Amino acid sequence: MPRNKVDLPYHVEYLSVLDEEGRLDQALEPKIPDDLLFKLNKAMVLGRRFDERLLSLQRQGRIGTFAPITGQEASQLGAVAPLVAGDVMAPSFRETAAQVYRGTPLETILLAFGGYNEAALLVKEGKDLPVAVPVSSQTPHAVGIAWGMKYRKQQNVVMTFFGDGGTSEGDFHEGMNFAAVYKVPLVFVCQNNQWAISVPRSRQTHSKTIAQKALAYDMPGIQVDGNDVLAVYAAAKEAVDRARAGGGPSLIENVTYRMMMHTTADDPKRYRKDEDVEPWKKRDPIQRFQMYLKSKGLLSDQKIEALEAEVKEEIQKAVEHAEELMKKYSDPLHMFEHAYAEMPAHLKEQREELMRELAGMPKEEPHG
Amino acid sequence: MAKMTMVQALNLAFRQEMEKDDRIIILGEDVGRDGGVFRVTEGLIDQFGEERVLDTPLAESGIAGMSIGMAIYGLRPVCEIQFSGFSYFCMHQIEAHASRMRWRSQGNLTVPMVLRCPYGGGVRALEHHSESREAFWAHIPGLKMVIPSGPRNARALLISAIRDPDPVIFYEAKAIYRAFREEVPEAEEALPIGKAQRVLEGKDLTLISYGAMMRPTLEAASLLKEKDGVEAEVIDLLTISPLDEETLVESVKKTGRAVIVHEAPRSFGPGAEIVSRLMEKAFFYLEAPITRVTGFDVVIPLFSKEQAYLPNAPRIIGAARKLLAQ
Repeated sequence: MPRNKVDLPYHVEYLSVLDEEGRLDQALEPKIPDDLLFKLNKAMVLGRRFDERLLSLQRQGRIGTFAPITGQEASQLGAVAPLVAGDVMAPSFRETAAQVYRGTPLETILLAFGGYNEAALLVKEGKDLPVAVPVSSQTPHAVGIAWGMKYRKQQNVVMTFFGDGGTSEGDFHEGMNFAAVYKVPLVFVCQNNQWAISVPRSRQTHSKTIAQKALAYDMPGIQVDGNDVLAVYAAAKEAVDRARAGGGPSLIENVTYRMMMHTTADDPKRYRKDEDVEPWKKRDPIQRFQMYLKSKGLLSDQKIEALEAEVKEEIQKAVEHAEELMKKYSDPLHMFEHAYAEMPAHLKEQREELMRELAGMPKEEPHG
Repeated sequence: MAKMTMVQALNLAFRQEMEKDDRIIILGEDVGRDGGVFRVTEGLIDQFGEERVLDTPLAESGIAGMSIGMAIYGLRPVCEIQFSGFSYFCMHQIEAHASRMRWRSQGNLTVPMVLRCPYGGGVRALEHHSESREAFWAHIPGLKMVIPSGPRNARALLISAIRDPDPVIFYEAKAIYRAFREEVPEAEEALPIGKAQRVLEGKDLTLISYGAMMRPTLEAASLLKEKDGVEAEVIDLLTISPLDEETLVESVKKTGRAVIVHEAPRSFGPGAEIVSRLMEKAFFYLEAPITRVTGFDVVIPLFSKEQAYLPNAPRIIGAARKLLAQ
């Protein structure tokens, strides 16, 4: 009748490559080609500036509610950087920078937050899932897509995102469990930004780390400095490569911080103090990455200035284009499109009803 | 032609479709080795392998959500929820995603999946095993809701559901899984979704029903003829949503009287929608108010009293006579 220690195959590591001053742990530095470093730098700057522009547009009433990503650029861009063509991302709703990096036009984001279903019409490439608003509901979809890749013997992987709050949802656990049981090529990325609207990470789960939740499903789990793009990239690359090679799913916990409000409909002053946010300003992912790039001789203040100007112009053009598109996409009858592959009779009738109303015509008397 | 139960006919549909189309994947609890608790998927794992018939962990939301992902990827998943009483775990997945993905992505991503589940009373089951909640699904835009009433149409509708480009909720009345056999042709046969069937022609009143309630409805029609000389027209909806309004309106314009029969609770049930459509489209042809014979607005009782809850032929005949007297 023994009472022995059960030897579990995994433990949880914490990975950080750059410190707060952008100094490098050389032994851990991932091999990233220069063009990818530049691409990441641009995507991070674009992500931040676009967020700022969205906030200003929202405050002016030109778009509706949106979820800012400021402070989480490294956490999402470092994660998607190792993905290749044919791979799929299943986002939650705070991966705007990653969506843009993977080809979603800025206009799509602007139109979507502007309240236009037509936003999706602009997405031409790839089969990434759209934003999933109900928390963690996208995780089982990611499993199904990854299962399909395995069934079709495609060398592709799926990466799904969610927050610390999302790990409390049943669908997160069902997704993790299914992924492990079927050993599908899937990488779970938790952007642990410490807040689920007003509820802090400590109230979300009693676990010391979110990464350790992987152990329950017998998959590798790692905790990463989510504001260190090199560390996020290194962890994601390892997990993506493992999944692609048939090694099954992994969980990555990116420890980061939600610098802004949950969405623009929220006021964080009700539940957190400015001093809570202060230490995270020093850990800004863009500053740290740019210090690193400068130390490698890959970036200068002059280059940063040029990049900022380029990004500003790109955003400005997109805003102007999106506002033109909003005028073009003004037909309320569009609400009846894409309900079914073929419009059923009752919808044709209801569409007709609205069409008459819009045309100011009296409704036909009920016939009998 | 072979005489088959509904269980065997559904199994035949799977076999024939899966042989032709490797996109079709079956998944659910106990659907593999066990062949499903009602044996609808019996033997399929032996023929098509574990890759195409997946025994899943016990998690309905995960099953539905995984099916959505598979369908988006280009497969044709058919998931089984063991009893409709457990399908509410996955209602969120179906409402929030399966029904909307085409709309959300503006046609870029689609969810051609089927969610099957046994529903309805009459088999002396435990709590949560006898409900009829088809109205839950029929209320959701973007879904189709199908309920066959016997072996032959079950097989033909399952084939159409699997081939449909949109998500289909497929309810199977467990009271008729093995209650009777019908000739089911070996050759492929598909029935269109969204189309009701006039199964009996008549001129005096229209009886409208579906699923397991087709049997007491047809029994009532036959007794009305025999005892009262009344010729009832009987319509089997087969699809709850989208509703085949045309067939219903055409019949009621002819008969002027209608009784709707379902075992789902009365309030806000499918009957309410049918009444409303008939009022809008056939009001001036009505000779009497449209009436409903349904389950009561209570939790379906445990089985010692379920027969008193379920509509039966005498209750349908009573309602019909009342209408005919007006």
